[in-house]
Amino acid sequence: MQKGEDNARYGLLIDYEYCTNCHTCEVACKKELGLKPGEYGIKVLEDGPRQNPSGKWEWSYLPVPTSLCNLCEKRVAEGRKPTCVHHCQSGIMYYGPVEELAKKLAEKPKMVLYSK
Amino acid sequence: MFEDFNMELYRTEARWQEGEYTVTRTSVWTAPGCHNGCGVLLYSKNGKLEKIEGDPNAPFNRGRLCLRCINMIEQVYSNDRLKWPLKRVGEKGDNKWQRITWDEAYDIIEAKYNEIKDNHGVESIATLVGTGRNSMWQPAVITRAIFGSPNLCFGFLSGDSCYQPRMTANLIKLGDCVISDCSQTHPLREKNSEWKKPEVIVVWGNNPLVSNGDGFMGHWIVDMMRLGTKLIVVDPALTWLAAKADIWLRGRPGTDAALALGFLNVIINEDLYDHDFVENWTYGFEDLVERVKEYPPEKVADITWIPKDQIVEAARMYAKAKPAAIQWGLAIDMQMAAMEASGAITDLMALTGNIDVPGGNIIQRYAYNRSKKYGSAIEYIPEEMLLKRIGTYESPIHESGYTPFIPPDKLLECLETGRPYPVQMLWLQGTNPIANMAGEAPRVYAAMKKVPFCVVVDLFMTPSAVAFADLVLPAAMSVERDSFRAWWTPLRSIARGAEQYEQSKSDEEIVLDLGKRIRPDRFDKYKDVNEYLTQLLKEDGGVDYDFDTLVERVNDFWDWDYTYQKHEKGLLRSDGQPGFVTPTGLYEFTSPLFDVWGFDMLPKHIEPVEGPYTTPELMREFPLILTTGNRLWGCFHSEHRQLPTMREIHPDPMMDINPQTAKELGINEGDWVWLENRRGRCKQKARFNIGLDPKVVRGEHGWWFPEKEGAEPTLYGVFDSNINNLTTMGVHGPTHYGAPYKSTVCKVYKVTPENDRVSPTEIVTRMGGFSYAKR
Repeated sequence: MQKGEDNARYGLLIDYEYCTNCHTCEVACKKELGLKPGEYGIKVLEDGPRQNPSGKWEWSYLPVPTSLCNLCEKRVAEGRKPTCVHHCQSGIMYYGPVEELAKKLAEKPKMVLYSK
Repeated sequence: MFEDFNMELYRTEARWQEGEYTVTRTSVWTAPGCHNGCGVLLYSKNGKLEKIEGDPNAPFNRGRLCLRCINMIEQVYSNDRLKWPLKRVGEKGDNKWQRITWDEAYDIIEAKYNEIKDNHGVESIATLVGTGRNSMWQPAVITRAIFGSPNLCFGFLSGDSCYQPRMTANLIKLGDCVISDCSQTHPLREKNSEWKKPEVIVVWGNNPLVSNGDGFMGHWIVDMMRLGTKLIVVDPALTWLAAKADIWLRGRPGTDAALALGFLNVIINEDLYDHDFVENWTYGFEDLVERVKEYPPEKVADITWIPKDQIVEAARMYAKAKPAAIQWGLAIDMQMAAMEASGAITDLMALTGNIDVPGGNIIQRYAYNRSKKYGSAIEYIPEEMLLKRIGTYESPIHESGYTPFIPPDKLLECLETGRPYPVQMLWLQGTNPIANMAGEAPRVYAAMKKVPFCVVVDLFMTPSAVAFADLVLPAAMSVERDSFRAWWTPLRSIARGAEQYEQSKSDEEIVLDLGKRIRPDRFDKYKDVNEYLTQLLKEDGGVDYDFDTLVERVNDFWDWDYTYQKHEKGLLRSDGQPGFVTPTGLYEFTSPLFDVWGFDMLPKHIEPVEGPYTTPELMREFPLILTTGNRLWGCFHSEHRQLPTMREIHPDPMMDINPQTAKELGINEGDWVWLENRRGRCKQKARFNIGLDPKVVRGEHGWWFPEKEGAEPTLYGVFDSNINNLTTMGVHGPTHYGAPYKSTVCKVYKVTPENDRVSPTEIVTRMGGFSYAKR
């Protein structure tokens, strides 16, 4: 978990199929980085809701790390997970070297991998 | 998903030092409010809370935390918090206060208590409490054990319509309460070898991801979905869970009893029920078979506006899934047929054999029976005083003690008429009725103004405190208090991780302080809160350890709660025999008690008191069905409105409307609109909800504006956007339970400068209310 000396690129893997828009990542990030109202290190975007031709509903949320995100370098140096990963109420965020996360990405659909 | 935490950092003891921080590992539960009790790590320095994290070692939440607890520091050290006791110096409503000491405040209370006792009788003291948080038992003890009054009331929540109907239906039918089993009762969670995943969860009348009602962490549903659980969602609005469900039943608000009867009809007629359970463990099945004949799916479709095929398909899917759980919620309570719907839905659980099986609806008691919640200290009220309870004699279920409250609708009548006796004093602890749960809030405002003396215990100055209080006492927050939680399981410590803000006191300290003054015979035996909590943990066959030991343990799971099929094992009844705690010892489809009380013994549909089939003429003026009270992520009921981080997410009160309906009314998304019916109106901002029935609109509750002037006539704008300007008091189901907060009617139109000259709050506080304004 702790960032190594390997110069590997790290990132976040998000299983957005189960993102519920609970705002936990947004607020956890604000508190960690000391951001003011209007500032975000990660922001949840919305697609939908709308009905597909089959009648099934399409409604997805996608947390997007912003340029203020530093992958919680201070927390990670202490041996913690990034605060969004730690607190995510659906438990759908993963932190690690992108190469490792890419393997996990192959496990199921509706996941995204962010590199930093 | 909840693994890979650094276990060297996230330790399992209760307290440790980490660099400059003292870390306290405990749980939080009010204040600020919510129904959960998540495990947290409190990082403090010199007595001040500096950081908070979710505790990865708490099986309840496994590290995760919602935005409100993550924002704890902003709340605890908000400059708006009450800092010391305040005594009113202006008129009520002037928001003028004088700082006093706790001793001065207690002197005033004691003198008032003595005067009331000598001149009016202690029964003329009534207490208002809020929803289920760690401020339930404390006001109950103050009211009953200290003041000696029997009059404890859910803060003007009409029809006791929050969990009381569902709990009461559970208690009458099977003698205990049932909850949906997402593995939360066992410390190993999903790894408990006896546990099974619910194949189907019916999410009925709640959006648990946001509301976390009744001690159920909503995201456990997501955990189950990730394991493959399928969903059926019953909700008039499209929620995220509804969008993900295999079947979404978009019902007409207030028709849940009919829908449940339709399910029962299909399951019985298609022989999908659990014969073994019905034959061995139930009473009155034949009567139910007769009753459901009156509710064929075609008729239920007409009542509920849900297509017949969907009803049949959903009933089959639920009945065939083994196991299946029903995660029910507040909407079931907030209708005329609350008790009837609660009974019919409980019948579904029994009929399908899902009672107390792994992954079904499991029987739970408060861990180690350590919590009496609102029922605390009832043993101190003698029989002749019980007879003086306000309004209780009109409601047999209240009279029998199934609910520890006096009926709020009757208390309102009492304040208005002075009968059976005038109320001399109101004690409000952790409740802000006119901003939050009082139906017909302007009427409640006028009635509460009549009470001569009022004490409010709260965190912040609230509209209710400004309007009514003579004394305002500052309460400590969860992270500043020693207490415990035993609502369901586990038994959890609530240990102080920060010094108390300014001169605030915990609810427990206030109980002891007042108890030692007014009833030293009952409270002098406790040296301090710690000793008192130990007594509460140990008394009447509780745990065999003291409060400090609980603090060390942090969580203690009670094996009784995670034992399945307790009725077969003789674990429910005091005589040790198999069966349920009911007069027949069986699950009761028909309740002999209901018969004794003069109620229909079987579930039935009751039409909303206002609606297209009851008041068609009214619908010409107010053509939309109004449902209220959907939850907000960042604000728990009327709380959190002071906090910049929460208000960034929720800047304004929002109402939901189908875009087609909005277009017909010339309303654009983001427009301020009036919601109005014959009781009053309020303004909220329009938000389009494509999934909402075009004939239904939804309004938020709990809105007031701490950023506005506190003094009347502004009163923090408490009536400006108050959806309870439109709801009712005194309108409830035949059992006195359930009020139509979620099924009334209204019209919607744009706010314009011409129709917004006088604010609703000014109309209520200065002009005698809406009926005056209309004349």
